[in-house]
Amino acid sequence: MNLTLRIWRQKSKGASGQFASYPISDVSPDSSFLEMLDLLNEELMNKGEEPIAFDHDCREGICGMCSMVINGVAHGQDREPVKQVTVCQLHMRRFKDGETITIEPWRAQAFPVLRDLIVDRTSFDHIIQAGGFISVGTGSAPDANSLPIPKSKADYSMDAAACIGCGACVAACPNASAMLFTSAKIAHLNALPQGQTERYQRVVNMVTVMDHEMFGNCTNIGECAAVCPKEISLDFIANLNRDMMVASFQGVTPTVSLNGANK
Amino acid sequence: MATTVKPAIKFDQIQFKEGTLNSNVPEGPIQQIWDQYKFDMKLVNPANKRKFTVIVVGSGLAGGSASATMGELGYNVECYCYQDSPRRAHSVAAQGGINAAKNYQNDGDSIFRLFYDTVKGGDYRSREANVYRLAQVSNNIIDQCAAQGVPFAREYGGMLDNRSFGGAQVSRTFYARGQTGQQLLLGAYQALSRQIAAGKVRMHTRKEMLDLVIINGRARGIITRDMVTGKIERHLADAVVLATGGYGNVFYLSTNAKGCNATAIWRAYKRGAFFANPCFTQIHPTCIPPAGEHQSKLTLMSESLRNDGRIWVPKNKGETRRARDIPEAERNYYLEVKYPSFGNLVPRDVASRNAKTVVDDGYGVGEQKNGVYLDFSEAIGRLGKQVVKDRYGNLFDMYTSITGEDPYDVPMRIYPAVHYTMGGLWVDYNLQSTIPGLFVIGEANFSDHGANRLGASALMQGLADGYFILPYTIGNYLAQAKLDAVDTSHDAFNEAEGGVNDKIAQLLSINGKSTVDTLHRELGRALWDYCGMARNEAGLKKALEIIPQIRQEFWENVNVPGSAEDLNQALEKAGRVADFLELGELICLDALNRSESCGGHFREESQTDEGEALRDDENFSYVSAWQYAGNEAAPILNKEPLTFEYVKLTQRSYK
Repeated sequence: MNLTLRIWRQKSKGASGQFASYPISDVSPDSSFLEMLDLLNEELMNKGEEPIAFDHDCREGICGMCSMVINGVAHGQDREPVKQVTVCQLHMRRFKDGETITIEPWRAQAFPVLRDLIVDRTSFDHIIQAGGFISVGTGSAPDANSLPIPKSKADYSMDAAACIGCGACVAACPNASAMLFTSAKIAHLNALPQGQTERYQRVVNMVTVMDHEMFGNCTNIGECAAVCPKEISLDFIANLNRDMMVASFQGVTPTVSLNGANK
Repeated sequence: MATTVKPAIKFDQIQFKEGTLNSNVPEGPIQQIWDQYKFDMKLVNPANKRKFTVIVVGSGLAGGSASATMGELGYNVECYCYQDSPRRAHSVAAQGGINAAKNYQNDGDSIFRLFYDTVKGGDYRSREANVYRLAQVSNNIIDQCAAQGVPFAREYGGMLDNRSFGGAQVSRTFYARGQTGQQLLLGAYQALSRQIAAGKVRMHTRKEMLDLVIINGRARGIITRDMVTGKIERHLADAVVLATGGYGNVFYLSTNAKGCNATAIWRAYKRGAFFANPCFTQIHPTCIPPAGEHQSKLTLMSESLRNDGRIWVPKNKGETRRARDIPEAERNYYLEVKYPSFGNLVPRDVASRNAKTVVDDGYGVGEQKNGVYLDFSEAIGRLGKQVVKDRYGNLFDMYTSITGEDPYDVPMRIYPAVHYTMGGLWVDYNLQSTIPGLFVIGEANFSDHGANRLGASALMQGLADGYFILPYTIGNYLAQAKLDAVDTSHDAFNEAEGGVNDKIAQLLSINGKSTVDTLHRELGRALWDYCGMARNEAGLKKALEIIPQIRQEFWENVNVPGSAEDLNQALEKAGRVADFLELGELICLDALNRSESCGGHFREESQTDEGEALRDDENFSYVSAWQYAGNEAAPILNKEPLTFEYVKLTQRSYK
């Protein structure tokens, strides 16, 4: 396949960036999108130019590292009826010979660009640090089967826990909201009996930090779920809102320190 | 400034030493050693723990769980990872499950049986006392993870579900769909996040360790490079823990994440930590075969698929019909025929070698004739499509997105790929390396899996080391070590940082014509051909000629663009490959020395009449621990003898 790539180039955080065009030829349709970029980078380096910087690691769709907007779609797969996947699982057979492909980084205030297609997502870690855990120290756990959990509940929790924290939901949202990400962690833990003790404090603390990190508000557009490679459902956002409401009736206030949480 | 390129190592110049290593396994019956030792070890009192700082490099199952647990105990922990978040460490990719001796299925499991299976599965090249302790704490891990909210698979009654796995005849594997590694890692990551919020762990992301600092014989710090700004930094601590995973990427193509590397353990090796059993690498039998030259990594399909999938190749060489058009009678279910009692569930090394044999003999399937079929049609007929989907849905989706084929409809094509490295830095019973104060946990050490790791045991070992073993043994060290008061202006820091800067400057100044990936691919090809699933003397000697040539070419002709003060992925990669080019040679050297076959290390010269790995217990019942002896000299081979009091040495048979 022969293609033209329009790629966002930016030297460093805060520097101004621009698109650059690169022709590329002899791409195998069986290669992955990232392997196509590897090929481009080899060519650039052979010409003495600096390669395109992009985040990637496991290349099997689970680590959540890869992150790029392709032709306006986070992770790039907008062609039905195939399921959403991460960029690393996107293969070139999904594209047409001769096509021009535009590649950009995640764009959100809470995800500043570090270089080219690489962004800083530590704001997601800050949300988890605010309460995305069950407080159980090593060694203090009872026998695992002493607390039976209905299969349906465990399955529901697992559906939410499947989130890989890639940030596509934020990149796709016109408001750059992190509600899908945040609600998935809350649903994972709040659905389980182990998670009940901290249930309402968790939701209040995590939402407080989420707002503080400059993510936008949710206006129920649903772009997030449409691009999510792990099919995280919008229902989890409804659950988050419900837990928030109960927490406000109970008068739960944030206990999280915001010092240093913000960049 | 210029370091001379390391010359080739001559095999006949290797020196051997015995009696230099002390495993520090306490005396006593194996069932009681750990409990007694936990009592005998010195404790650091709660008020004193906050006076100690521990560096942990790596944030996967081992590093994440160790950092969280030490933070809970009160130590100051500094945790480093090269990814942008600790949640992305490659433990995340483990699919199948985690073993524990809970015996919830009432099928005869016990701590002793898990211990026995692991020693036997490792083909008797692991240390009994370490493995027994691993089996003991396996049960605590499941309890801990369930309490953290890991959504393990459950039965309708609400109890935890188990599945069976290769190399065992009981169902002891706990799982969370096909994402067990991800869920366990998130559990550790969440515990870690809680300690970060509490201020007990400081997390340093996008930082890569480039050297180890030793002061007065003890590991006291590390040198890192900030991967965003390029800044080289010094970090001082009272102990250093390496949890940096395996070195499978030395083969270029492997199931490891692209960033996985051996730099931390290789730097430690060059600072005096012994490297044990480097040739023990595991080839996983069920991966998607490469599609062509562009292939950048291989994707594993969980071994759990072998529970319900049947492996076969056509009986006719050069078969051109589609799989479903080949009648039953013309299919060769070679594992079921050859191993009637274990069938498709034989251990990984056996399954891999048999796949290689049929493909080498010309029965391979797929366009490139480089795979075997893994067929679910019988399971779909027996269980229904929905049940198969519930069990393996995400794996099937992944397969479809990579290959464009639908495994509900046509059999999967699979072929072995490098997956895990049993070798690693040598550690004693305390998980301490030969450098005092340097601890090594998880895949980065060599300790528990011998010459072959059983499925669902890697997650178990990573978490055992991190949650339940290291936090005890490191306290024992800190309570007794009389550490000098030093700071980062010490000469050892100057020397280490100088070396790091020199190496970076050198890499950027070569300006040659070869890219790093090209040379890495060449290294991988040499290792895969001569030190892969089957090895022989002539091939290994050839590899030992080729690898130094690639290394020479690298240092004379590599092209690393960009600058040291930027985010520079080409520079990161170059540094890692430079280390792989030295490690690859040690792997071949170790494989050449070990002229027996055992587990994943198959020397063609040493096999039974049936073509199985034939051990030579008389001459090779030892751990090969390699000691760096300088850039020009051959390394020294230290032998730690292995004795087996509880598991009788037998020829493995899975017939």
